[in-house]
Amino acid sequence: MFESHLLSLITLAPAVAAIGLGLIPGRYERLVRWLAFGISLGIFFTSLLMWMVFDPSMGGMQMVEKADWIPQFGIEFHLGVDGISLLLVLLTTLLVPVVIAASWTSVRDKVKAFHICLLLLTTGMVGAFLALDVFLFYVFWEFILIPMYFIIGVWGGARRIYAAVKFFIFTMAGSVLMLVAILYTARVHFETTGIWSFDYFVWLETASQIPMGGVWSPQMLVFIAFALAFAIKVPMFPFHTWLPDAHVEAPTGGSIILAGVLLKLGTYGFLRFNRALFPEAWEKAVPVIMVLAVIGIVYGAFVALVQPDIKKLVAYSSVSHLGFVMLGLAAGTISSTQGAILQMVNHGLATGALFLLIGILYERRGTLLIADYGGIATVVPVLTGFFLLVTLASIGLPGLNGFVGEFLILAGSWPVAPAAVVGAGLGVVLGAVTMLWMVQRVFWNPLSHEENRGLRDMNFREVATVLPLVLFIVWIGVFPMTFLAPMEAAVRLLLE
Amino acid sequence: MSFYDLIWLVPLFPLAGALINGLVTHQLGLKKSVANIVALIGSGLALIWGWAAVLQWYFTEDHTVSYVVKVFSWISGGDLPLLSGGTAPLEVAASYQVDPTSAVMVCFVTLVGFLIHLYSVGYMHSESDKAYSRYFSYLNLFMFAMLTLVLGSNLLVLFVGWEGVGLCSYLLIGFYYEKEWCASAGMKAFIVNRIGDFGFLLAIFFTFGWFGTLEFSELFAVLSQHHGDALVGAATIIGVLLFIGAIGKSAQIPLFVWLPDAMAGPTPVSALIHAATMVTAGVYMVARCNFFYQLSPNAMLVVAVIGGVTAIFAATIGLTQNDIKKVLAYSTVSQLGYMFLAAGVGAYIAAIFHVVTHAFFKACLFLGSGSVIHACGGEQDMRKMGGLKKYMPKTYWTFLIATIAIAGIPPLAGFVSKDAILAKAFEAGYTDLNGFGGAYYGLWILGLCGAALTAFYMFRLVFMTFDGAFRGGEEAEHHLHESPWTMTLPLQVLAFGSVIGGLLIGFPGILFHKENWNFIEGFMGPMILGAHGHGAAHAGGHAVSFGLEWALVGLSVTVAAAGILVAYRWYKTDPEFSIPNAMAERFPFAYKLLLNKYWVDELYDATIIRGTIGLARFCWEFDARVVDGVVNGTRHVTVGTSFLSGIFDLKVIDGIVNLIGTINQTASRYFRRLQVGFTQGYAMVMVFGAALLLAVFFISF
Repeated sequence: MFESHLLSLITLAPAVAAIGLGLIPGRYERLVRWLAFGISLGIFFTSLLMWMVFDPSMGGMQMVEKADWIPQFGIEFHLGVDGISLLLVLLTTLLVPVVIAASWTSVRDKVKAFHICLLLLTTGMVGAFLALDVFLFYVFWEFILIPMYFIIGVWGGARRIYAAVKFFIFTMAGSVLMLVAILYTARVHFETTGIWSFDYFVWLETASQIPMGGVWSPQMLVFIAFALAFAIKVPMFPFHTWLPDAHVEAPTGGSIILAGVLLKLGTYGFLRFNRALFPEAWEKAVPVIMVLAVIGIVYGAFVALVQPDIKKLVAYSSVSHLGFVMLGLAAGTISSTQGAILQMVNHGLATGALFLLIGILYERRGTLLIADYGGIATVVPVLTGFFLLVTLASIGLPGLNGFVGEFLILAGSWPVAPAAVVGAGLGVVLGAVTMLWMVQRVFWNPLSHEENRGLRDMNFREVATVLPLVLFIVWIGVFPMTFLAPMEAAVRLLLE
Repeated sequence: MSFYDLIWLVPLFPLAGALINGLVTHQLGLKKSVANIVALIGSGLALIWGWAAVLQWYFTEDHTVSYVVKVFSWISGGDLPLLSGGTAPLEVAASYQVDPTSAVMVCFVTLVGFLIHLYSVGYMHSESDKAYSRYFSYLNLFMFAMLTLVLGSNLLVLFVGWEGVGLCSYLLIGFYYEKEWCASAGMKAFIVNRIGDFGFLLAIFFTFGWFGTLEFSELFAVLSQHHGDALVGAATIIGVLLFIGAIGKSAQIPLFVWLPDAMAGPTPVSALIHAATMVTAGVYMVARCNFFYQLSPNAMLVVAVIGGVTAIFAATIGLTQNDIKKVLAYSTVSQLGYMFLAAGVGAYIAAIFHVVTHAFFKACLFLGSGSVIHACGGEQDMRKMGGLKKYMPKTYWTFLIATIAIAGIPPLAGFVSKDAILAKAFEAGYTDLNGFGGAYYGLWILGLCGAALTAFYMFRLVFMTFDGAFRGGEEAEHHLHESPWTMTLPLQVLAFGSVIGGLLIGFPGILFHKENWNFIEGFMGPMILGAHGHGAAHAGGHAVSFGLEWALVGLSVTVAAAGILVAYRWYKTDPEFSIPNAMAERFPFAYKLLLNKYWVDELYDATIIRGTIGLARFCWEFDARVVDGVVNGTRHVTVGTSFLSGIFDLKVIDGIVNLIGTINQTASRYFRRLQVGFTQGYAMVMVFGAALLLAVFFISF
């Protein structure tokens, strides 16, 4: 009984809890924090339970739940998990308690509203990863926008409104197109079969039957509509300019969620919908995706190199890292796809941890400019140690998680597109330059600003917050099979 | 269970030491003695276990094949198509192997590593407790990475170690991170290595793409059965790409620039990482992958040319440097060049042999220079030294022995191994190896000239430092002292090794018709493609006549002696150094060229570094003005992308977009003002979203 509704529990519990939280008077801030933290931790443990119940040898969807929602249009509340969504859900539920802990002292205004937003966001994210009804997916997808919009717009920095609106409109623009594509596909299905259905499995059969031809053929247009929505979310070059603004203005927690989970919705969407529903159109689009991915890798790395703002630097290097994921998906071998999925998780962990640590610095010093730091390793050795480790993970040092993902992506793409791998390799070198140069200017060198002399090192809560991320960074680096094994069957099934 | 079945414990001991020192000793700020003990136990256990495993393996197993110990399956990524047709599963295991090559490496790495740990105890004693434990944590971590590198049984595990040693090098060069030049030097090392690693990674992909495996023993088996031309192209590409990696790690032209800067690290680090072990990893890798090079004459020639040219190029720079560690650094680059020259003529065993002897005498020289710097209170300029031999006799004598060794005076270790290399290079010219005989003759001559320069600049260093009168002022002279036993004992052991190491493991039996006295040739022979046990030595032995072999020995000794004599005349008999000074005045351009290291750093700075930064700034401008400009200026372009253009009026969309903006701004303004405004803003957006959904739905159908 419990297991058969595990997925809807993980999906809906946060929203229900958010409503419950709404009933508590806002002045009990500590209570709100502890409750939200407890709930999110409970959800994380529940998703660990899901992992234990999960059968890694099966490629198909597991723990499937299905209920009518809008029967007139064949819309269902339909959830299921496979090896691909499993990892992403785990990442999401791991990051939420981390975000709550990270916001413990940095979010001081409207504490209750913040946590309500965060819990609603959780429902949206988990739901989007688990949804097996395309309409349901769209609802979760859109639903995410709202709390995220507020998180940036209310708890953000000085230019938060600009960033929030930019984020909203960008994503909305993509989503509108996707919605039209969804409705169109449903209508085609209705016209050929006489029944309405948004069922993912049904669409797997029918979506590819939409007339296919050149770029302006219906199937290609539907494909492009989906692709644009996801490309904006990833973000792929040239749709990436909302990301640096959103990151810089977002509060620490917002940045962690944004980098950690929201971007992965884009890459996940490419794999789950574009790749699986329209294999023929996908084949045609692969060269374009690959070129954009490699441009993103190199271009993102170049732009990141000269950013004066730490968060912007990390944001642009995210563009570069997500380019690797897209390259792996576009190459489409089992290795590269597994690498891409693992790299989604890796990026979530490493970049999440980076934003977390940057947030700790920001909270103490109130600036994100690299030039305002320098030589603080002596003052905050623990923070330096963590930051260095996470940086090394993000530039793909073997033994840490980033390497495994990059290796699988590049080795897997090599037989398909060696030129793209060579291009991406340039990004590997540049990425290291960018990150290490930043580390040097922030942590090494002489202590040039007197006001940095009094910086406090990380306290127990902060160490405890970053520790789980670091644990997974090392774990995936040394024993990646724990995470690769459950996804292999699902990837195989999806690609064939 | 035997020692060699648990060979993977060898790297794990120092890793444990690194973790304890890094996470416990350092964080709790425990005393130096704790960090000492942990680090020495970590590297000491690696020494004991490593030697025990190798000896036990040597006496119980067949040492003409690799003994592979698979620990766990590391990465597995499903089937991949191969370039040669078919597919192969991408499976990489964390596995280690004991074979002659790794056995030789493990033995000297653990020995030299342990000695330098011991030396560091004395050398670093004035650091704070925290810095001290941080230092030993890094040093142990380095041992872990280096041992992983030499013990890995496939290219990817080797690469793990390869990157790991690079990381430790970065951390240790930048150990005094609060000094900008140290931090920059660390970064420079990492980045330059990364450029090389890029080639290495591509080589790994290519290897897998062609052969479907990364395991050395499997590659060896496959390549030893194919003597046709089919694989020559693949071997050339892989060989050259791997060598790009080696160029970075082993500081060859054009990626050598990081190594001289790496001297910013503490001196024991220079000795261990930047002389004895890490920088020789490239040589080890090329020797390990000899099966690619043996198939490809072109790849071999590339290796030989880069090696030979680097050998003389770096030696010329060494002539004029005044910083004691810089001289040694360029000397290292030069000696690494000799090793690659050997590998490039197919004398992989001679290359590894020189790696081992070089580890002894160069570590001894670096540690000796550390002892000198220690005594001179941090001074590294040889012009402010002089006459140190009476203050620190142990340092002097060990340093002198190591200098004689590197200069190539028989029968010391440096002579034996360097002469083996030069003989092989000559032989390659003589036998017209791969049809490139002329080129190999040329490289042999470069090598010979380099030997003369080596002898000169090393004795220049000795005379300037230890002879004559002290030039550093009275106060500094007052502080001069011999170093404690923890520092002099490693010097003595290493000096001893520099004397006997050569004859012991690589006796030049060829000169005495006793080829099988040459242990290392016989031991490693089976690991070299195309060499059959002792055959390699034999094949070489008969190519060049007995008399010619002796003539070559005579020639290289003469050349070395000439270099020493010139140094003696210029720097020993004349305390004013008037001849070299006059030379510098007479040939100002040549002098400046060498003194400024051919302006290679400046060249790179002006082209590559500025170019990269410039391109990055251009991209940033482009991003802000063009990409984001489009977004900010004309939102409707994004919104109204082609799909709806036929149905929608652009202005309607633009209107809607602006409306969204307005509504959202209003909503958030309310939201900020009102305590319960949250629901209102939320509801407004929801309502708007729903309206938009309906609108789109009705319009599009």
